[in-house]
Amino acid sequence: MELFLQQVFNGIMFGSTYAIVALGLTLVMGILHIPNFAHGHLYMLGGYITYLFVATLGLGYWPSLLIAIVVLGFVGIIMEAVVYRPLNEQPHINAFIAAIGALLVLESAVEVIWGPQGMRVPNPYPHTFEFLGIIMSVQRLLVIFGAILLIVLLHLFLKKTLTGTTIEAVAQNREGAMLNGINVNRVSSLTFFISSGTAAVAASFIAPIFVISPAMGAIIGMKAFIIVLLGGMGSIPGAIIGGYFLGLIESLGGGYVSAAYKDVIAFGALIVIFSIKPTGLFGKKEG
Amino acid sequence: MITKPLHTKLLYGFILLAALLLPLYVPDPYMFQVVIMSLIFAIAVLAMNLIIGFTGQASLAHAAFFGFGAYGVAIMTKAGISFWLALPAAASISALIGLIIGPPALRTRGSYFAIVTLAFGVIVWIVAGNWVQVTGGHNGIFGIPRPTPIPIPFIGAIEFFDQPAQYYLVLVFLLLTLFIMHRIVYSIFGLTFMAVRNNEPLADAVGINTFTTKLISFVIANFFAGLAGGLYAAIIGAVSPSVAAHLLTFNFLIFLILGGMASLAGPVVGAFAIPILMELLQDLGHFRMLFFGVLLVATIIYFPRGFVGAVRQLNDKIAARRQAKS
Amino acid sequence: MLSVKYLTKNFDGLVAVKELSFDIREGEILAIIGPNGAGKSTVFNLMTGTLAPTSGKVFIHEENITGLKPYQIVKKGVARTFQTTSLFDQLRVIDNMLIAYKWRTRLGFWNTLFHTPAWKSQHDQAARNALETLDFLGLADKALAFIPTLSQEEQKRLAIGIALVCKPKLLLLDEPTGGLIQEETERIALFIKKVRDQGTTVCIIEHKMQMIMGMADRIVVLNYGQKIAEGTPDEIKTNQAVIEAYLGGDVHA
Ligand SMILES: Nc1ncnc2c1ncn2[C@@H]1O[C@H](COP(=O)(O)OP(=O)(O)OP(=O)(O)O)[C@@H](O)[C@H]1O
Ligand SMILES: [Mg+2]
Repeated sequence: MELFLQQVFNGIMFGSTYAIVALGLTLVMGILHIPNFAHGHLYMLGGYITYLFVATLGLGYWPSLLIAIVVLGFVGIIMEAVVYRPLNEQPHINAFIAAIGALLVLESAVEVIWGPQGMRVPNPYPHTFEFLGIIMSVQRLLVIFGAILLIVLLHLFLKKTLTGTTIEAVAQNREGAMLNGINVNRVSSLTFFISSGTAAVAASFIAPIFVISPAMGAIIGMKAFIIVLLGGMGSIPGAIIGGYFLGLIESLGGGYVSAAYKDVIAFGALIVIFSIKPTGLFGKKEG
Repeated sequence: MITKPLHTKLLYGFILLAALLLPLYVPDPYMFQVVIMSLIFAIAVLAMNLIIGFTGQASLAHAAFFGFGAYGVAIMTKAGISFWLALPAAASISALIGLIIGPPALRTRGSYFAIVTLAFGVIVWIVAGNWVQVTGGHNGIFGIPRPTPIPIPFIGAIEFFDQPAQYYLVLVFLLLTLFIMHRIVYSIFGLTFMAVRNNEPLADAVGINTFTTKLISFVIANFFAGLAGGLYAAIIGAVSPSVAAHLLTFNFLIFLILGGMASLAGPVVGAFAIPILMELLQDLGHFRMLFFGVLLVATIIYFPRGFVGAVRQLNDKIAARRQAKS
Repeated sequence: MLSVKYLTKNFDGLVAVKELSFDIREGEILAIIGPNGAGKSTVFNLMTGTLAPTSGKVFIHEENITGLKPYQIVKKGVARTFQTTSLFDQLRVIDNMLIAYKWRTRLGFWNTLFHTPAWKSQHDQAARNALETLDFLGLADKALAFIPTLSQEEQKRLAIGIALVCKPKLLLLDEPTGGLIQEETERIALFIKKVRDQGTTVCIIEHKMQMIMGMADRIVVLNYGQKIAEGTPDEIKTNQAVIEAYLGGDVHA
């Protein structure tokens, strides 16, 4: 029972990360129809920026997190403008290939600067305690509750602010929005800013708990992609539910079945589900 | 169906001659090894070109199929089966797995297909690293026998212990692959692949079973990916999970895109030139991948048909200018 | 030769085609007209398997072809064009024709790999057929041209050509003159009549009334997915329901 609860707790924590990362990706894919396969690498870079400011420059954890958001936001904007915008009218597959180029750039840039080995961000809240037999740490709780707060804030932004509703308008009808005088390029930049910024938050939250490495972007990027495709491109509830769900099944699968094959669960589920429903669980149209 | 102009034929003839004489002038054994690898990769990239370049389906499980071929030959030859049996068997197994995974995967389109194949590739990679009894886990399999010597009556046997022999062996397979790809691409059968890439609803409306067409392309591509993998295992003598990793797929993709999609020369140019370039740039360390990443993005934006496509464009422009003058 | 029986198509909530029935008779030119969004193209998509009907059936010579895929329906002798000119625009004119001829042949992988005698004869047959059709289209000299170099009218012709290359019994044309000027339209109209005179039944969707009245043997009029009239051009011209549907519309456009 305790093992079970512990795995559930860990699952929720991983799920929080997946949910945030997938959320950022679903915005980009649903609103801009860009298969930003480098999204996981933005997350990875976010972890390193946090590392840079916390560990190397000795700044506090929270200021570093804020800086990471802003830096990543601008990296996202640049990526959209340089990599994806010129490919707007090209076949989808070209943007996908460009994304692979972009992720190679991000990964090797981090390797050039910090080296290929793992790094550890000092934990600001290392205090651990036991609750119902589950070992928790403050930082882990921060991941969980921080994610919830972020999701709520993002929801409020999209629904309640003018900028947010503009983004939604573009998501629903790109041509219509353009006719209404909405500057689609600005919306693209903004969406990328939010998407990369949230990825940075997820990375900053989790970086003090686990070792960060240049290779970590690839797997989480793929998982986020899978969550988005299964949950439906552009579907925010899909990304959130999918994220937590994946975190839980991975954690339980890793705990009870096999830790080595934990990642197979997500990828296997994807193949099985897509072979039954080629457009995803909630997807309507293919991209 | 298009007959090449004379100077193109001469160029190809010259390249073939240069390839045949390569062991005479290759600078050192290390570079020779790089060249042999390049030719093996060229086979794999030609295969990738069939499904991605000609058929327009971004299969990102390519290294997994390369891996099936490599592990297939490794396991079979270590069990005492002749290389000459193991190689076609491994390639066929690779094709067969493609035939099994193809129908569910090909129900999806576009990025969905890319991600499904990539997911499949990752699974294969994870399994290769963990199924210790069969694959040797993360250490892989080593001590794989070299290709079985071919006995020739009265003279002796062709053995494959030295680099020139290995080189010619691989060259023969590359030429065979090129020949088959040429037959496919320059035929009505091959046109149906391009039809699917270009306009799937129209292809469907003019009587092409687009699903079967994609599946055939996928299976052929996987056969040759497996073939390349099998050659790799026997020539290198060792395999590890990295031969099935998505990073290798990305490498193939770089070769393909930079060399030139949807042409036969492009994959060969890419697979040949880029590994050599990578060796020459070795001092750059991790900057190398940075460089190739940037190159990949720039190429797909400005020269989506890669080096070969750009050369052709230039050629056409010169021809047009000449015509305008006369 | 082809009959549509009680065909209905629902697009989540929107009924694009409703309880539609009509017949296409051997050797005629049947026109389907109706205001924008009346469901004309949808009817074609239902007849050719591009869309699955919500209910209803399609028969060709008494054979139920509902639920077949587009590539299977072509093999029953029904070929079509699309409203927006649809070609293989990365390939040459001749390639477009050869692709469309492919299903008639057995030019599969093994025959192609070994260049068998069957491959040779069928390959030649395909090339001959393609060139003949191009000749018929008046595009023989463009065989090696790439699609973007063709004029608008040539592209429209070619689109009809790739439907014709397998000598269908029934040809479905969705606005074959859309976007063309008067003079070009007349040439295409003449060409369509020539196709019919060669023995191909034609069903055409068109907005240009003058052209339709001049060429159609019968007309089916759709409005909001329903058939509101059917008859000869003269009957349609005076039909009250049709006039009302088009009121303020473009009857004489
Ligand atoms: N795939 C689809 N999904 C949802 N609605 C569709 C789809 N295709 C057509 N419709 C809708 O069905 C209705 C009929 O469309 P259709 O294209 O058949 O009209 P049409 O008569 O061909 O018009 P036009 O003269 O403009 O070509 C329209 O309201 C259209 O928006
Ligand atoms: Mg229409």
